[in-house]
Amino acid sequence: MAVREKVFDVIIRCFKRHGAEVIDTPVFELKETLTGKYGEDSKLIYDLKDQGGELLSLRYDLTVPFARYLAMNKLTNIKRYHIAKVYRRDNPAMTRGRYREFYQCDFDIAGNFDPMIPDAECLKIMCEILSSLQIGDFLVKVNDRRILDGMFAICGVSDSKFRTICSSVDKLDKVSWEEVKNEMVGEKGLAPEVADRIGDYVQQHGGVSLVEQLLQDPKLSQNKQALEGLGDLKLLFEYLTLFGIDDKISFDLSLARGLDYYTGVIYEAVLLQTPAQAGEEPLGVGSVAAGGRYDGLVGMFDPKGRKVPCVGLSIGVERIFSIVEQRLEALEEKVRTTETQVLVASAQKKLLEERLKLVSELWDAGIKAELLYKKNPKLLNQLQYCEEAGIPLVAIIGEQELKDGVIKLRSVTSREEVNVRREDLVEEIKRRTGQPLRIC
Amino acid sequence: MAERAALEELVKLQGERVRGLKQQKASAELIEEEVGKLLKLKAQLGPDESKQKFVLKTPKGTRDYSPRQMAVREKVFDVIIRCFKRHGAEVIDTPVFELKETLTGKYGEDSKLIYDLKDQGGELLSLRYDLTVPFARYLAMNKLTNIKRYHIAKVYRRDNPAMTRGRYREFYQCDFDIAGNFDPMIPDAECLKIMCEILSSLQIGDFLVKVNDRRILDGMFAICGVSDSKFRTICSSVDKLDKVSWEEVKNEAVLLQTPAQAGEEPLGVGSVAAGGRYDGLVGMFDPKGRKVPCVGLSIGVERIFSIVEQRLEALEEKVRTTETQVLVASAQKKLLEERLKLVSELWDAGIKAELLYKKNPKLLNQLQYCEEAGIPLVAIIGEQELKDGVIKLRSVTSREEVNVRREDLKTGQNRDFNFYYGYFIDYYWQKWPDTTPFSYKALGA
Repeated sequence: MAVREKVFDVIIRCFKRHGAEVIDTPVFELKETLTGKYGEDSKLIYDLKDQGGELLSLRYDLTVPFARYLAMNKLTNIKRYHIAKVYRRDNPAMTRGRYREFYQCDFDIAGNFDPMIPDAECLKIMCEILSSLQIGDFLVKVNDRRILDGMFAICGVSDSKFRTICSSVDKLDKVSWEEVKNEMVGEKGLAPEVADRIGDYVQQHGGVSLVEQLLQDPKLSQNKQALEGLGDLKLLFEYLTLFGIDDKISFDLSLARGLDYYTGVIYEAVLLQTPAQAGEEPLGVGSVAAGGRYDGLVGMFDPKGRKVPCVGLSIGVERIFSIVEQRLEALEEKVRTTETQVLVASAQKKLLEERLKLVSELWDAGIKAELLYKKNPKLLNQLQYCEEAGIPLVAIIGEQELKDGVIKLRSVTSREEVNVRREDLVEEIKRRTGQPLRIC
Repeated sequence: MAERAALEELVKLQGERVRGLKQQKASAELIEEEVGKLLKLKAQLGPDESKQKFVLKTPKGTRDYSPRQMAVREKVFDVIIRCFKRHGAEVIDTPVFELKETLTGKYGEDSKLIYDLKDQGGELLSLRYDLTVPFARYLAMNKLTNIKRYHIAKVYRRDNPAMTRGRYREFYQCDFDIAGNFDPMIPDAECLKIMCEILSSLQIGDFLVKVNDRRILDGMFAICGVSDSKFRTICSSVDKLDKVSWEEVKNEAVLLQTPAQAGEEPLGVGSVAAGGRYDGLVGMFDPKGRKVPCVGLSIGVERIFSIVEQRLEALEEKVRTTETQVLVASAQKKLLEERLKLVSELWDAGIKAELLYKKNPKLLNQLQYCEEAGIPLVAIIGEQELKDGVIKLRSVTSREEVNVRREDLKTGQNRDFNFYYGYFIDYYWQKWPDTTPFSYKALGA
């Protein structure tokens, strides 16, 4: 949980830095709201039992609820984030971080704006978050649905095969081109020449120079859709350079992300593993964030079919939790599960009243303090409690100290002790724990 | 298209004919015949597309939280969590559903209000009804004998929602519990201390905490002559609010209304928190029936949300839904590049900044955006200022402007970059102190 809080803190801080509002939606939606939005994946939706009322299903993602929210409130623009759990009756592979209940962290910008500015900000946000989390080097692959569709068209893929060829091409980050080609030709009935033409394109990746190159490509430049996509990507790269993140972005023609509702730019962030040998390219070890533009979704909810263009991103936090947990374990870093600053302890018996009074004073002053729920605890046990919980300070009440009007303040790690006057104790604790002097 | 329009007209006319016949109380056969014609016509028309749109709504008894409601919710949770942390509580989370058998037999009559999931071939599941039973299951499952934890999450009850009175089917619970074998009444006292700290910090008015003990109640009923079998019934009559049976000590905090006349006792206007000791629950989950004594409290946050929202409306306080500190704006056209560069530098320095997603926005529109969103500062880029190497920093409320040298900001890169930018924004913020965003005034934190 402590890991989770830290990760969310970094993410939310970034969303807020970019001026996003936050919303929340119910954990279940009317079944009809989710119907027809997820294609084949619809069989993975959790339904609620028909108990005589409305038919309900647990939300499968945060994007469809967002589109429903926009249409329901007739909103034409909003910049919002939403962090919540979603539910999928998947085959869980929990060792690989695949759960049936898991968090999604979405950020979306909805509205009619000048091209590619919000899209560029989404990529900037993705890079800021992944850098701040310090989970290693990463790369953001970028492509465009229109370029993919245009490319398939000029290679000779029939319309009906588009989606299925898309999902084959998408596997290129995990398997070799040979395997992908075999799947397309052997299983999906694609002509080998067509597959080869596709191969010439999808194995390419690079920066804005690749965009320029493709704009000059004799076949691709004949395709209107592809031209639109390439034009937008060129503009996007200009903005990304101004944002200082162009070195993290790769235009990758094999990126063909799953969900049907993307209509324009699509992107996916992968963590890089340091290559075994110098000169080798770093390998992607798994996606940690993804997103794209989806201009048609809200229109599916609006009674008049009014469109609200949207672009957004989703951070794969569950994977990030595992990575951070592993890192902490490797470093053998102790993770504190509380924020307690001082334990109020007693050195002798019959001092419970004094402890209760003192701990109450500390709480009222906004200091995070605890005491053991024992009338006459041994000092050693109280010190041990501090060590286990990582509490840095102990305020020890003793009979002699009471007479002298002082409290003994002890550092748990260094074991140094100092007598502090009762009236100065609050200030002294705040000074040592770096807390501002006003009430927190 | 014209065919369809003609058909629709025919349907309309036939419909009117049928209605007319019914009004005239014509013979049943005649009506049936005409209705038959109507249905045939409708069938030709095909599905009525305009009626195919489904109802755009959230499920009954649930609601979305708009940004404004989220701002209130965040602040309330912030006060509550701060207090729990101050008392050294850890935090846990559990799944939204439990195995149906985990929840069975724990809620008495209320069991019929549990949401079940459809049997889709796997385990039988139900949505959690509260956070206490999952907590007891967590303790028994992990063989824990002591923990001090808080848990804030939504729970689900197929109640008859009275949303105007804040009764929902999906709602938040804020639980704090101390489990373990300790010397008597110390953790119980801390729970009450926490309840009082939270209700004071929220500044929602005077409150009173009523305390009683199940053993005193039972003893009292006994000596008054209530038969054992009637104990629970009499109890629920006596107890208007709590549905869960706490075994030993029960307490509740009620908000007080200032009495109309001096000398009158303040009236309770509704419970905002409750809790008590429940030593037998964990034992119901433990295979050996091992008991883990527990005492805890639950804050009724939904009621508190409404109270705070009402108070803000009454005070007509503007609620900010973002924390943006500065909008990066341009005074003339063709300055998008400069805006993108500057806003990026501000983000990299940790400053909360925005820009309009327009290539050539009008300055007036940019200023208006700030006013609506409550953004206190604008950093204006202009052609002349660019030549002079400055940025014009403007306070949205006071409208004062000052030129800040871009040169200085650039050399800041050699020093502590973040600190410099933070300092630059904070300095001007202090210059115009009325620009602090809403957050803390209404909630007194």
